[in-house]
Amino acid sequence: MANLEQHLSVFSQAMNLRSQRHQVLASNIANADTPYYKARDFSFEEAMGNAMAGRASGKAVDLARTAPGHMAGGNSAGSAMLKFRAETQSAVDGNTVDMDVERAQIAENALQYQILTQLIGDKFKGVRAALASTNS
Amino acid sequence: MSLFNVFQVSSSAMTAQSMRLNTVASNLANADSIISSDGKPYRSKQVVFEATPMGGTGEISKGVRVRQIVESAAPARLVYDPKNPAADEKGYVAFPNVDVVEEMTNMISASRSYQTNVEVMNTAKTMMLRTLQIGQG
Repeated sequence: MANLEQHLSVFSQAMNLRSQRHQVLASNIANADTPYYKARDFSFEEAMGNAMAGRASGKAVDLARTAPGHMAGGNSAGSAMLKFRAETQSAVDGNTVDMDVERAQIAENALQYQILTQLIGDKFKGVRAALASTNS
Repeated sequence: MSLFNVFQVSSSAMTAQSMRLNTVASNLANADSIISSDGKPYRSKQVVFEATPMGGTGEISKGVRVRQIVESAAPARLVYDPKNPAADEKGYVAFPNVDVVEEMTNMISASRSYQTNVEVMNTAKTMMLRTLQIGQG
């Protein structure tokens, strides 16, 4: 059973990162007409590697814990490290959002997210099948 | 559930784009208003967008807000029409500085951006619904 839990935690970590990435991409699309806005993104592979190794990106500011009763602060950036997208053809107003790139990335990200939900569902299906086989 | 932030971000962008569409409508409607409420010719209005953090996640999600609405500094369009009561001593009438072509492109751009944001919102909704379906069936 510990095995199942381990699998699920990997999946949920990946889903977390996928939904974070969706937020970043949605921000890019929302700011497609904002002057001086620079498109941002993070590498899912890198962030997942960091999360699996238990590393934070090192960029986010953590609260200092000086007494044993202190709790860890909300580290919003987590394992993902935001980077600016390399600009190909930026607008005159300094905006670097390329709508085609963002649309493609958002479609890919959503699909990957759905794959993850499918995988988790299948995991549960397997467990259910295993339980059912002992019933008869 | 961090995906809820996407709704905030996309809806802020939709609000901003609809304000932009509003100024376009106002500019086009007043393209020939030689006297506005202050007695001078109408001046073209433009929105200025600004990225703003949203949903308490810091750098990750940034929405849009309209920082200000500026009046275009372009010179008024002068038309020679001495019969017009609004004409100056040389016979020229100052028409609004609305660039109709620019406003039309603004309108199309605003409408396309609005549509894209609706689509992003729909994608987020689909993702959330799929999450709710985990373990069913």
